Amino acid sequence: MSTDYYADPSETTEGKVFTVTGQDWGEIGAGLEGDAAERVVVNMGPQHPSTHGVLRLILEIEGETVTEARCGIGYLHTGIEKNMEYRSWTQGVTFCTRMDYLSPFFNEMTYVLGVERLLDIEDDIPEKAQIMRVLLMELNRISSHLVCIATGGMEIGALTVMTIGFRERELVLDLFELITGLRMNHAFIRPGGVAQDLPPGALDEIRSFVALMKKRLPEYAALCNANPIFKARLEGVGHLDLEGCMALGLTGPVLRSTGYGFDLRKAQPYCGYETYDFDVQTWDTADSYGRFRIRLNEMWESLKIIEQAADRLARLEGAPVMVADKKVAWPSQLSIGSDGMGNSLDHIRHIMGESMEALIHHFKLVTEGFRVPAGQAYVPVESPRGELGAHVVSDGGTRPFRAHFRDPSFNNLQAMGLMSEGGQIADVIVAIASIDPVMGGVDR
Amino acid sequence: MTDDKPTEKPTEKPAEKPTDRPGDRPADEAADKAVEQPATDQSPENAPEALGEPAVELRAVGERHGMFGVRGTGDTSGYGGLVAPVVMPGLAQRPYGGWFDTVADALGGLVEGVVIHRGEITFHVHRDNLPAAARMLRDDPELRFEFLSGVSGVHYPGDAGRELHAVYHLASYTWNRRIRVEVSVPDADPHVPSLVATYPAADWHERETWDMFGIVFDGHPALTRILMPDDWPGHPQRKDYPLGGIPVEYKGASVPPPDQRRSYN
Repeated sequence: MSTDYYADPSETTEGKVFTVTGQDWGEIGAGLEGDAAERVVVNMGPQHPSTHGVLRLILEIEGETVTEARCGIGYLHTGIEKNMEYRSWTQGVTFCTRMDYLSPFFNEMTYVLGVERLLDIEDDIPEKAQIMRVLLMELNRISSHLVCIATGGMEIGALTVMTIGFRERELVLDLFELITGLRMNHAFIRPGGVAQDLPPGALDEIRSFVALMKKRLPEYAALCNANPIFKARLEGVGHLDLEGCMALGLTGPVLRSTGYGFDLRKAQPYCGYETYDFDVQTWDTADSYGRFRIRLNEMWESLKIIEQAADRLARLEGAPVMVADKKVAWPSQLSIGSDGMGNSLDHIRHIMGESMEALIHHFKLVTEGFRVPAGQAYVPVESPRGELGAHVVSDGGTRPFRAHFRDPSFNNLQAMGLMSEGGQIADVIVAIASIDPVMGGVDR
Repeated sequence: MTDDKPTEKPTEKPAEKPTDRPGDRPADEAADKAVEQPATDQSPENAPEALGEPAVELRAVGERHGMFGVRGTGDTSGYGGLVAPVVMPGLAQRPYGGWFDTVADALGGLVEGVVIHRGEITFHVHRDNLPAAARMLRDDPELRFEFLSGVSGVHYPGDAGRELHAVYHLASYTWNRRIRVEVSVPDADPHVPSLVATYPAADWHERETWDMFGIVFDGHPALTRILMPDDWPGHPQRKDYPLGGIPVEYKGASVPPPDQRRSYN
C-alpha cells in the first residue's frame, strides 16, 4: 500500500477504510484481499465530476453490481431559507434565485406567486409582466434541459453532446443577459411584476434565437436518438414505474417518462399558461432514455410557447410590467448606464430634485418594504425538474416569517437507490443524470 | 382549534357604530348619512379577512411591538410602546364550498379546525390523528391525495403550547386538488408520528424538518440529520437560533450582520 500521508488506509469500527486518490485501484485491490468477499462500501463523491455538484453516493458493491445505494447530501447547504427571514419580501427574490442555479426564474416565480397570493394581487399583475415571466421561464427550461442533456452525455462519454449543449445554452444565457442584465441569479421576477421592461431589440433577438434553435435541435436527435451506443447506455437504465414515482413523490420528466402526462402548466395553470398552445410530453419506457427524449421534446414545446409569447409582447410595447399599486410596486426605475445597470438618472433626479413625497415613498419601500397580510400560501410551478413550490408564511410583517422551498431535485433524489440498486456502478451515473438533480436546489 | 390561552382574540368585535344618539345632532338627512358612514377602521378593506364569516375564532401567534418593529434604538416616535397581536387567519365555518366540504366530510372528527385563506384550505389535525388522516386522504376514493409534496416546519415561538408546526402539502392527481394539513406540537414535547409508512416520499422531508426544527417524527426508519453535519448542535431554522454572521468593515465603517441591523418587521 502507498504511504500517502493524507490517504492512508485506516482501521475503524466499520472495518478498513481506503482513501482512493485515483490511479491506485491495483493497490486497493491488493489491500482488500480476504475482505473483498464480504462487503465493500464505496464513497463516490462528494467531489466527483459525475455527481452533478457535491453529491455523495454511498454504494455497497459486489463486483460491479450495486447492492445498496444511498445519498449523502447537505454539502451545499447555505441557509437560504433562514437568510430570507431577515430580508424584506422583495429582497427574498435575490436569495431564492440562487437555490437551483440552473433554473433561477422558477425559484423566483414560485416564491413570488406565493407572496402575490398573500397580498391578494394575483389578478392585478399586468398582462405584459405575466407574458414576460412565461417567456423567461420557457427560455430557462430550454437552458436547463440543455445542461441536463449535455452533462448527462458527458458522463457517458458522449462529449460532442456536451459541447453542443453548452454552445446552445450560452445563447439562452445571452438572452437572459440582454433582458435582465445577468446570466444567472437574476432576481428579475419581483412581487407585483418584473423588474424592468424588455430592452429595445430583445424581441428580434428572441425570434432569431428560436429560428436558430429550430435548426440546432435536430442535431441532438441526429446525434443521440438512434445512436446505438447512446441508446444502449440509457435504455432500461434507472427504471422507475408510475407506482414508484407516486410513492416517492417524483414529478417532472421522471413522472412523465412513465406515460403519465401530469404537468402543472396544464393541470393547475399559473401566469396564464392555459392560454398558450402546447402539449405535455410523455414517454412510455419509464427509463433514462425516455427522460432524455422527453426533455428533447419539451424544448420544442418551449420554443412554441416562446414564439407565442413573443407575438403577444410585440403588441404590448410600452405596457406596464409592474402592478399599479404604488404600495407594492418597486419605486426605483432601472436603466443601463455607462457602468452597467443601476437606478435610472431620471428617477434619481425626480426623487432628489423634484418631489419630496417621491423621496419618502422610495425610502419607505426600499428600506422598510411592504407588509404582507398574515397567512400562508403554497403555489407550485412546473420547473424543468418537476414540482417546485414555496411555502410562504407571513405574520403580517415586512419580512417572510418562513419561506420553505419544496425542491424537486431534493425529493427526486430519494429515488436514486430504487433506480440503481441491482444495476452496474456505471448505470448509477446514468440514473442520476436522468433525475437531473441540481445540488444547489437540493441543499438550499 | 381549541383555545386554552388568554392570548386568544375574541372572535370578532361587535361593530361599534359611531354615536347614533338622535338628540346630539340636528336630524337632517345629511347628518344621518354622515352617521351611517362606517368608521375608517371598520371599512371592508381594513377588516381582517375572517370578519366576513360568522363566529371566527382567531388565535394570536405572537406580538408585534412598536410601530415599525425596530428594537434596540431609542424610541423617538412615541409609538414604541404599542403592542399588537400577530393573528393568523381564523377558522372557517361550514359550508366551506365546493369540494372543500367533500374532504372535510370524509375526514370528519379527525380534523380540529379548518382555515380557508386565499382559496387554499388548511386542515388542522391533532398529531394522534395524523396517521389515520393521512391513510384516509391517500386511500379514500373520494379523496385520493396520492402526492405528498413535502413537509415544511414553522416555528411560532409566541404560540404557547403549539410552538412547532409541521405543514404537509398534499395533492390529488385524480381530482386535481390541493390541500394543506397542519400539525402543531409544543416545544417541550416535539413528537409527531411519521408518515413514511403512508407516503414514502416523506422520508427526506421529515429528516429535513427534524434537522431544521427539532421535530421528532416517531416511527421514521432513520431520523438523522440530512443537511447539517451529524454532530451539529441545535436546529437552525428555529426562531431562537441566531442567524450568525460577523460585522464587515469597509473603509473604516462597520456593517453589522443582517440579524443585528436596524430593521422593520
